[in-house]
Amino acid sequence: MPVNKVVASFDEAVADIEDGAVIMVGGFGTVASIASCLLVALDRKGVKNLTTISNSSGFGADVWQLQGAKFPEDMDILVRNGRIKKAIVSAPVSALYVNNFEKLLREGKVEIEMVPQGTLAERIRAAKAGLGGIYVPTGIGTFVEEGKEKKVINGREYILELPIKADFALIHAHKGDRWGNLVYRGTSRTFNPTMAGAATVTIAEVDEIVELGELDPEAVVTPGVYVNRVVARPKEAAPMGPITDAQAKESRRRYEAEVRKAQRKREAR
Amino acid sequence: MTAKSDLVKKEKLDRQIMALRVAREFKDGNMVNLGIGIPTLAANFIPAGREVIFHSENGVLGYGEITLLGEGDLDLVNASGQTVKPAPGMCFFSHDESFAIVRGGFLDISVMGAYQVSEKGDLANYMIPERQVGTIGGAMDLAFGAKKLIIAMNHITKDGNYRVVKKCSYPLTAPKCVDLIVTDIAVLEVTRKGVVLREVAPGWTPEEVQVLTEPKLIVARDCHDMELM
Repeated sequence: MPVNKVVASFDEAVADIEDGAVIMVGGFGTVASIASCLLVALDRKGVKNLTTISNSSGFGADVWQLQGAKFPEDMDILVRNGRIKKAIVSAPVSALYVNNFEKLLREGKVEIEMVPQGTLAERIRAAKAGLGGIYVPTGIGTFVEEGKEKKVINGREYILELPIKADFALIHAHKGDRWGNLVYRGTSRTFNPTMAGAATVTIAEVDEIVELGELDPEAVVTPGVYVNRVVARPKEAAPMGPITDAQAKESRRRYEAEVRKAQRKREAR
Repeated sequence: MTAKSDLVKKEKLDRQIMALRVAREFKDGNMVNLGIGIPTLAANFIPAGREVIFHSENGVLGYGEITLLGEGDLDLVNASGQTVKPAPGMCFFSHDESFAIVRGGFLDISVMGAYQVSEKGDLANYMIPERQVGTIGGAMDLAFGAKKLIIAMNHITKDGNYRVVKKCSYPLTAPKCVDLIVTDIAVLEVTRKGVVLREVAPGWTPEEVQVLTEPKLIVARDCHDMELM
């Protein structure tokens, strides 16, 4: 029987994610890199007490709608709806924007383990690669080393960091085939290929599903072996509500002003 | 000598000029990572004919300048989330690869902001002081991994407190990592002997910079006005 990892809907793709699951969510901070539709489906399912592993904790759909994103939901949908018990995260808050995660943190409603970004990536890769741990220099002399084994190797001090594995990895790729081979687009690659295979079940949300053989084997980034399910985004996004978040509007205004100022400087030179 | 309170109010360089001064540190062929804020602006001040390759944590080397509003591709952004232009030679990679580049010592220069830098080169920049929450992101790896770490920051806080300090009161991002500090009134080099004052902003004297700096500065023999052209 031919291998076919394609599933018909986002709801079907996340149907077996239960309360208390450990989920890994790919992407960086910007929504284009994030498995937005899978997050919406997971939120719709109503799961609770999740442990999440992600680079950031989200900014909310309004910020990304103002930037022109078609699928604008990020980690914030799980944050604001109280679905997260513990977050393992590198950049939970922003110096420029007070997100909903920061509010939960202040109210003591969420646990956090903050991990340097490179260490987060490598701990996830270690889980995928079947490693028992890695020695990392980042964090020596800071809070990161607290309670961890240290070792001097070739005269340099390292911290033993343990792998991070999840029950489910939700990733976003540009194109995928029925074997789960994936290619990405631009800077939307980020944590997605790193997380593919670092979970019991890896679910890939793709912009487009292509026929087997259509992806150039020289260009495949994620070998299908790491991927369990592939689900395609619709051509058109469902219409979103009006933009109401005043902070999102203000941050967009500041961003536009800075870009215009830089542009004027450039033209002046 | 002018009183500290007057110096706190005295005119200082703006963000764009600080970025211009930072960009003068980039040499032909350098691999450079730019953090959020003033560092990002430095990309706009690379002299014509000088080839500087920019790395961004989110998996790109060799991207072009920030796009005009509305013209960008959301799948091509820098680490600040600004859409940038594609450029010949550009390449993309995953996050583990991106930090292999950072941690492996392949970056010549990393530029980031800070809340405090100590005279030993300790860096404190992940805890947002007024909000008492922190965000590490890629700063720790960059501080440990880059060959040269440049800090671009205002010399003092809004309340007139020191940012160049004897010992950081905020939690550390990394110890003994800062090489150069570009502020709105001076350029300082962190050395084993202490903090060396290399340049002062036009209109500022070494004595005035000292008043706004906690550790005793070593004034370089050839200390001069910042070269901004």
